[in-house]
Amino acid sequence: MSQAVLGARVQRKEDARLVRGRGRYTDDIRLPGMLYAGVVRSPYAHARIRAIDTRALEKLDGVVRVYTGQDLKGRLGSIPTAWIPPDSDLKTVEHPALAYDKVRYVGDGVALVVATSRGVLEDALEAIRVDYEPLPAVYDQLAAMKQGAPQLHQDAPQNVALHWRAGTDTEDAFRRADVVVRRTFRQQRLIPNPMEPRCAVAQYDEATGELTVWATTQNPHIHRFLMANILGMPEHKLRVVAQDVGGGFGSKIACYPDEVLVGYAARDLRAPVKWTETRSEHFLVTTHGRDHVDEVELAGTKDGRILAVRVRAYANLGAYLSTAGPGVPTILFGLIVNGAYDIEAASSEVYGIFTNTTPVDAYRGAGRPEATYLIERMIDSYAREIGMDPVEVRRRNLVKKDQFPYTNPFGLTYDSGDYHQTLDLALKTLDYDALRQEQAALRQQGKYLGIGFSTYVEMCGLGPSQVAGAVGFQGGLWESALVRVHPTGKVTVFTGASPHGQGEETTFAQIVADRLGVPLDDIEVVHGDTDRISMGWGTYGSRTTAVGGGALALAADRVVAKAKRLAAHMLEVPEAAVEFEQGRFYPEGDRRRGVSLQEVTLQAYLAWNLPSDLEPGLEASAFYDPTNFTYPFGTHVAVVSVDAETGEVRLLRYLAVDDCGPVINPMIVEGQVHGGVVQGIGQALFEGARYDQDGQLLTASFLDYAMPKARSLPRLETLHTVTPSPHNPLGVKGVGETGTIASTPAVVNAVMDALSPLGITDLPMPLSPPVVWEAIQAARQSGGVS
Amino acid sequence: MADERVALQLVINGRLVRGDVEPRTLLAYYLRDELGLTGTHVGCDTSQCGACTVLLDGLAVKSCTVLAVQADGCRVTTVEGLASGGHLHPVQRAFQEEHGLQCGFCTPGAMMLAAWLVEQEPHADERAIREALDGLICRCTGYENIVRAIQRAQALSEASEEPGLQRAEGGRGR
Repeated sequence: MSQAVLGARVQRKEDARLVRGRGRYTDDIRLPGMLYAGVVRSPYAHARIRAIDTRALEKLDGVVRVYTGQDLKGRLGSIPTAWIPPDSDLKTVEHPALAYDKVRYVGDGVALVVATSRGVLEDALEAIRVDYEPLPAVYDQLAAMKQGAPQLHQDAPQNVALHWRAGTDTEDAFRRADVVVRRTFRQQRLIPNPMEPRCAVAQYDEATGELTVWATTQNPHIHRFLMANILGMPEHKLRVVAQDVGGGFGSKIACYPDEVLVGYAARDLRAPVKWTETRSEHFLVTTHGRDHVDEVELAGTKDGRILAVRVRAYANLGAYLSTAGPGVPTILFGLIVNGAYDIEAASSEVYGIFTNTTPVDAYRGAGRPEATYLIERMIDSYAREIGMDPVEVRRRNLVKKDQFPYTNPFGLTYDSGDYHQTLDLALKTLDYDALRQEQAALRQQGKYLGIGFSTYVEMCGLGPSQVAGAVGFQGGLWESALVRVHPTGKVTVFTGASPHGQGEETTFAQIVADRLGVPLDDIEVVHGDTDRISMGWGTYGSRTTAVGGGALALAADRVVAKAKRLAAHMLEVPEAAVEFEQGRFYPEGDRRRGVSLQEVTLQAYLAWNLPSDLEPGLEASAFYDPTNFTYPFGTHVAVVSVDAETGEVRLLRYLAVDDCGPVINPMIVEGQVHGGVVQGIGQALFEGARYDQDGQLLTASFLDYAMPKARSLPRLETLHTVTPSPHNPLGVKGVGETGTIASTPAVVNAVMDALSPLGITDLPMPLSPPVVWEAIQAARQSGGVS
Repeated sequence: MADERVALQLVINGRLVRGDVEPRTLLAYYLRDELGLTGTHVGCDTSQCGACTVLLDGLAVKSCTVLAVQADGCRVTTVEGLASGGHLHPVQRAFQEEHGLQCGFCTPGAMMLAAWLVEQEPHADERAIREALDGLICRCTGYENIVRAIQRAQALSEASEEPGLQRAEGGRGR
């Protein structure tokens, strides 16, 4: 059984309900007497609230209540950030659930309306008149730092929210360098857009004083932890439930004003209240991602050895500090800017800036895509500078197999790897030499083919709690698991992780089936409910299988260990002489006698005849705190053609060779890679948030914000190597973010490779046809080779 | 305005439904809020994402773009009506077998679109499938396994005696 279930392409348990339309998403909840809430949002990026006129609502039947920022001031705590990087001088500014004096971005909430129906609510939201005094706004982080820029918060002079540094001295390496490459990159703002908009439903039980909040969250326990404080209620009287959640990609980590407001209203009105985000609202108020301006310098020798890299980043944090906002551009970015390369000296310096824009937080990869983009683009720039194949530069600088565990210049310890193996496999799969020959032949015909690489590593499986504390994360990062074997031998598994599309109801069942030797169908995985799971830290940072799965493996092993003691008693042999295989206990070397786990379980519950020191029942929990992050790695390659007449980039091939350790379910892992890769391609070619001078979001719907579509993509090729992580029970590394981290620079490198005959070295993302076409025109006019 | 209601009658998943709605009610919300058919999802408010796709008289349409009253007298098939007699529709089987879904939110719309496509163009090639998916936004799968699932559904439908969609709309009739 063990070989059959672990590593098998098992169909997902969750699909049984999802393909039938029987998923239970938060917006599917309908409670008797449920009211509908909506938020009146600022149309200005920066303005003073003069007055709010709600008189028109008196004529509308069905309006139950309106709350303004002034009504709630002092009744609700500030929405806090949960990440305070040390030595960053972070300005933890107030973030009221509803603005009461000043609005700071388009979408900032100023009033909450509660009505009896969706229709009445919409009428009411339109009928409220808010008198604003518009103030000058600033949307760009560099502009916001300048003298005389509009100030968002009194306590943050020149809008600097944080200033953080890490790394080693790099001066010496730069002095010794043959070559110094300098580049400035803009990594544009992205909008996560999981397909399910956010939603919250709250219900207050007067009899018990308990408030239940169903919310679209990736981490219900963090929500409870934060909301108990914001709402001023005892944590044990607050229940947060994440049912089926329709994707998150980081945007459902944050504790937002909206779910707090819904909880408040339900308690205040003694009635169930629902708020459902519209997609238009999502664009405006759900956290955005990326938005960096990065100055990068690389020092190297002329024979391809990188000596040092240093980065100065200006990260736009938006109008307020989101839950993980300050940690993303510092800890998750600045500690890994050397990438997968053995570089002796490296440093990073980060400014986090307030602007009149939507708050920025984690978006798939969160900091690591930004770091990877820089180093991978710099490698190609450096290779071009010294006239070397970028593959060769990579080969010479990648951390070698015998260097693990490898400590990078920021003190991170890369756990295990064989980076060169993934590169070799990719080259072989592509027939790299032939591809280069084809490229040369096409260039003769005036056609532009490009090949781009990204040999990435990332830190994930967040993470050791001690490290979490050291880097200012205001929580632990261990995970909990409870494995309960019921008297009939059926199993319920409770995990503190909170998957929302990643398929852990299946992979976790596979882990338990493997450990206990029970059929998959006899195992149910429960997640996402603070009343059913004691504590957990949720799903993000590709931590669920490495940390949550690790906890689960430990808990399952504890179940087996206890059952083994009882089995020894039943078989009348010493415990040390009992073997456990495929769900049965045997006396050592004797397969004729034996008892099944199911039989042992029943005896454990009947407790008629237990060893004197054994308690009845059969369940075990584990709180697993890893000793390190995990470091998945790999080689991604994009092959593109560029149409010089239209500027259109066509992806011809995309190959991902990843190593995320042992694979529990290849089908699910491939799916994670596909989705991740396409989100990264989205950044390279299609997506980008745009603001105008007044801080209005111009890309505020799917009409204006280009999401990747099926027709723009090639068939994706995926391959794997397997290097276990030495420090977690399953050896797994995490795969949820690798695709996004790797693919953006692979695609951009490919386009720059295609355009290299024109002397084009860098273009701003997204590489849309106008951007590429104009660059080609400019290059041709300035006499570049065509 | 809220008081005004209009009567309507339609066949949903083979069953006759009579009701009345506020005239501004969109079909998607009628299905979800009034009939409790929450399998149809609303993912946007500009008719781009396709999560709300249903079959209206056999045609794949975005139910957020149709007023409920416009569907008066029509046949509607939602994801809840795709399986019949305890058997999954080939598209449902294929999505499951090819891992064509992750979070599952766009999936009902993706499957309704796929069901229509498999019926209309049983031999559509990969390029045609990708073009036909233009009305769908999926953030999880990169579309890779949705495309593979549709190809598998084509094969399953061809192998099956009964045409998939006919079965899905079985028991129709006004």
